[in-house]
Amino acid sequence: MTTTTATVHRDRAARGPVTIRRPKPGSVTRPRKNLTLTVLTGVVLLYSLVPLVWLLINATKTQADLFGSFGLWFGDEFALWNNVVATLTYGDGVFLRWFGNTLLYVVLGAGGATLLALLGGYGLAKFRFPGKRAVFAIVIGAVAVPGTALAVPTFLMFSQMGLTNTPWSVIIPSLISPFGLYLMWTFAAEAIPDELMEAARIDGAGELRTFWQVCLPLLAPGLVTVLLFTVVATWNNYFLPLIMLRDPDWYPLTLGLNAWNSQAATAGGEAIFHLVITGSLLTILPLVAGFLLLQRYWQSGLSAGSVKG
Amino acid sequence: MTAVTAAKAPPGMPAGAPARGPRARWAGWAFVGPFMAVFALVFLAPIAYSLYLSLFRTQLVGGTQFVGLDNYARAMSDPLFWQGFTRVLLFLLVQVPIMLGIALLVALAIDSGRLYGRDFFRISIFMPYAVPGVVAALMWGFMYGTRFGLWGNLETALGVDLPDPLASSWILAAIGNIVTWEFVGYNMLIFYSALRVVPTSLYEAAEIDGAGQWRVISAIKIPAIRGALVIATIFSIIGSFQLFNEPSILQSLAPNYISTSFTPNLYAYSLSFSGQQHNYSATVAIIMGLLTMLVAYVVQLRGMRKEDGR
Repeated sequence: MTTTTATVHRDRAARGPVTIRRPKPGSVTRPRKNLTLTVLTGVVLLYSLVPLVWLLINATKTQADLFGSFGLWFGDEFALWNNVVATLTYGDGVFLRWFGNTLLYVVLGAGGATLLALLGGYGLAKFRFPGKRAVFAIVIGAVAVPGTALAVPTFLMFSQMGLTNTPWSVIIPSLISPFGLYLMWTFAAEAIPDELMEAARIDGAGELRTFWQVCLPLLAPGLVTVLLFTVVATWNNYFLPLIMLRDPDWYPLTLGLNAWNSQAATAGGEAIFHLVITGSLLTILPLVAGFLLLQRYWQSGLSAGSVKG
Repeated sequence: MTAVTAAKAPPGMPAGAPARGPRARWAGWAFVGPFMAVFALVFLAPIAYSLYLSLFRTQLVGGTQFVGLDNYARAMSDPLFWQGFTRVLLFLLVQVPIMLGIALLVALAIDSGRLYGRDFFRISIFMPYAVPGVVAALMWGFMYGTRFGLWGNLETALGVDLPDPLASSWILAAIGNIVTWEFVGYNMLIFYSALRVVPTSLYEAAEIDGAGQWRVISAIKIPAIRGALVIATIFSIIGSFQLFNEPSILQSLAPNYISTSFTPNLYAYSLSFSGQQHNYSATVAIIMGLLTMLVAYVVQLRGMRKEDGR
């Protein structure tokens, strides 16, 4: 910020004596609403929302209407309900099976990742222990390693351990979120005063109790934020299950939808594009709803994280 | 998310609570241990294993042999690998600046307080982030269709022939558009969160000195969020180099234009899972990892040096 002050001072010198003015309406600190800017930003808004609207509208169409009617308006027949039923019952209800798998991976994978990041971040922020610097260096280095470099060897390793084509092959790699650890670490470092922990210890609380009863409540906003982002990462995971899973019974939604989509291209495969579209809608609904409903929590976690980090 | 925090000064080594005796010295490990154990299994072990794999070659005749750095030499002169690499490089040189530019402009617009319905803008533009890459690619794939997609509708409405987004010359742009759509809002939120913590007293001071909106943006806001900009750039570079989901899904729509070596990541995948060339696949992945780390490191150095230079 030194730069800013320096420039400002130079400007001031150039303009001679300074007159202190009150900010006028429409200035930086007292902004006035601006229609042009709203419209311009509205273009990006449209860009973001039109595909989602497209998805919503086209989930109401029969397969014939899908190809025969204008993309951003409804078709001749309003088939949303039929499509939803067809999506849920197609192939003996395999969509529900995929939905359940996704939930399993999210609960165990994202839940576990958040828990490990919580404990690890707290430990790194609030304790001195031998090897701490090494832990720091290794984890920071690992953040830069692209997932690609890991996927194939992880697969080969897991196949030797007999883990491939089981849920574990998807859940175990999801358990590590270096970014989650980093976030919890910075968050814990600032959110928990050392004095508070000292006071708890003087009162005779053990480490576990100090963590659980004194520190955990303070970590809640950071925890919600990490959880939300690990949930998105696990819910949207495609590459990992694609490599690990062969049996469609263990597919998550992302893999299942892609299988449905490519079905039309296979010999004798039935084209079910309306189910792909309705299935896509059903796949994103829980996350969109989660983000909207939990808006207050994760946005406060975000800003709290940045204020304190 | 992470970037928000990472953008701040790193926490360094917080002193932590004073240690009390030898038992307390190890108390930290009780918390860090579980993470590190799983981390060793899913990060360190695969890296070590792929380094090991890259030094061998398996052939039908002769079995597995130690070949030293032969696989690396092969990759260095493998046109398929370098074509893929050049493609993702081109992709990142065009797509990343566009995406981050839009994200920054929107973040500044929202932060300026001059928008009607600010919160609606923020949450709506962020929303595509909640859409899985697979669903985004499927959806855009449908919309790109010239015969029955939105693109075809547009052609009919305008009465002109538009270029086919799924044809060879446009396919990279079509993928870039999908990736941009997915991540503009995410990056916007990172920038916005960084902007929120700039002390408003700075704006007031600048205003008293007669600085206008643009001056405040260029002299205060942008320098203040430089860290977030650098981090977002690095993550976008890593993402571009790892490009896989979108081309892999669009492959069924444009099989002639998206080859199995379209990106290095697709190449490593098909080498391993269609070609059974695990050793060479591991080598390609390692080289790609090293190149990614190198580029990310250079960007970080440059970003940080500029900060010092100002």
